Amino acid sequence: MKVPRPWSARAWLDTAHVITGLPVAAVLASAMLPLVLFPGTLRRALPWLTRVQRSRFAAFQAARIPPVPVAAHWRTLSLWRQTGYHVLSPLVSLPAAVLVATAWGAGLVGVLSFLAPVMNPPPLVFTPDLRNPAVTGVYVVTGVVLLALAPLLARAMAALDLAIARALLGPSRKELDERIETLTESRAGVIDAADAERRRIERDLHDGAQQRLVSLALNLGLARATLTDLPEPARQAIERAHEESKQALKELRDLVRGLHPAVLNDQGLDAALSGVAARAPVPVRLEVVLDRRPSPTIEAVAFFVVSEALTNIAKHAAATRAEVSVRRERDRLLLLVYDDGCGGATMERGTGLRGLAQRVEAVDGTLKLSSPLGGPTTIEVELPCA
Amino acid sequence: MRIVLAEDSVLLREGLIRLLEGSGLRVVAAVAEAESLLRATEEHRPDLVLTDVRMPPTHTDEGLRAALVLRREQPKLAVLVLSQYVEERYAAQLLSSATGGVGYLLKDRVADVAEFVDALRRVAAGGTALDPEVVAQLLLRGHSDPLDRLTPREHEVLKLMAEGRSNAGIGQALVLSEGAVGKHIGNIFAKLDLPPAEGDHRRVLAVLQFLKIRSLP
Repeated sequence: MKVPRPWSARAWLDTAHVITGLPVAAVLASAMLPLVLFPGTLRRALPWLTRVQRSRFAAFQAARIPPVPVAAHWRTLSLWRQTGYHVLSPLVSLPAAVLVATAWGAGLVGVLSFLAPVMNPPPLVFTPDLRNPAVTGVYVVTGVVLLALAPLLARAMAALDLAIARALLGPSRKELDERIETLTESRAGVIDAADAERRRIERDLHDGAQQRLVSLALNLGLARATLTDLPEPARQAIERAHEESKQALKELRDLVRGLHPAVLNDQGLDAALSGVAARAPVPVRLEVVLDRRPSPTIEAVAFFVVSEALTNIAKHAAATRAEVSVRRERDRLLLLVYDDGCGGATMERGTGLRGLAQRVEAVDGTLKLSSPLGGPTTIEVELPCA
Repeated sequence: MRIVLAEDSVLLREGLIRLLEGSGLRVVAAVAEAESLLRATEEHRPDLVLTDVRMPPTHTDEGLRAALVLRREQPKLAVLVLSQYVEERYAAQLLSSATGGVGYLLKDRVADVAEFVDALRRVAAGGTALDPEVVAQLLLRGHSDPLDRLTPREHEVLKLMAEGRSNAGIGQALVLSEGAVGKHIGNIFAKLDLPPAEGDHRRVLAVLQFLKIRSLP
């Protein structure tokens, strides 16, 4: 532990934490104890009492004590632990506050003791003779030592308080484990739902906007081909509208493909990726070796990773070629995207890579990036694939 | 030319009928799903079937599967498949029985009326019409060995050939004389180890066959 100086902010905060601890604990305990006779009220009041202590820890110790999950069957036990803290805390706070206050107070008095002889009348009655320089010397030295120790003492007392509070006010190990399990399940649910949503949007666009646009482009094409005797400006307007409708179709198609290509559902990664690779502006060598298909969610993530990586390469890498390899090794799906471009890609800049990593991590995969300045760039991704 | 049309979007079906009739082609039946397509083809015996890929009831690839059935059962029937997306894998399946009388185009292509009708006639005449996008995908798969020996220009020529263009058409697209195109094609066949064959058309099909085999897993 770094030794805090007596005049540091840390020392002030620790001292304030320990000193305020006593009155706060006393008030909370005396508010709580009568309620022990009324368990129903106690049950409702406890979270409020705990909240006061939590805010004290947040203010002075910048420590966040995680709130207890509200699962009904754990709540009872957690309320007992909280009651325990509020009963225990005056007993801990009292000696702590006394010790810390004494260290500061006695330290100050000792250091200033040489002033006593010159003050008239003397501020305190000292039994020993302070006019004796040897006695004054001992006082001053003791004062300095106490002042140096006071922040340490305050630190130690605050740390003790924090440890007790973490154990009693925060969630227990078992609660945390349960929480992790719930989170893991709900995360998987969210990912699957997002995936399903992308598929739905793809279907809706396919059946709606895309058909309409094709029909519009077709009609404009017909108009352009048949209405040849129109005045020049009208012909030009039709021509422009026709070209724009075709461009809109292309853009919409690219967008929808990025969401969730239909061929991924129907035929799997190999077929879907060969389409992506073919549309990339740099030549891409693609190798997909899979004996059976991964789950739809993993397929979607793998597809997204490769297609985003190829988009990045096209935008930033100035590469002349790229390579993509997808293979399964036992229960992992391994993706490798390589390009011979200029390198220098980082997770921090280019939000694209950050987004990739997040999407990979969301399914408990890992993403490794190697991109020295001057290239080449390699992205290695491992996805779980049971 | 007598055509059976399958497209589930009413808007587009009407538009296509207008386009085809306007170009002097006859639509003998227009249906909205794959089952009816097979029945209508049985009943009307058309020269060409024009079908969408994604149709009811499952909205996945039933149009394509119907096209594959038709090609297996009636190899003489020309089939042109339209789709919102072109996929190399689908193209490979379409080309797996034979490479003549088949087309596979992005739906967008219907907007260029003259070119689309051209493609239709080409397919009906036993030729091929592959979307440039799908050709790019097919070429990608053949990236290793023999195709690497082609020069960039030969690559371009091969791509246009695979789309089903004639030598004159390729010459126009690349601003080359027909003679130069012929020379390139000769080089391509030599580099790809394709045996000499009778007509241009056979040679185009041979190239397609070659691409198709390479693209299948």
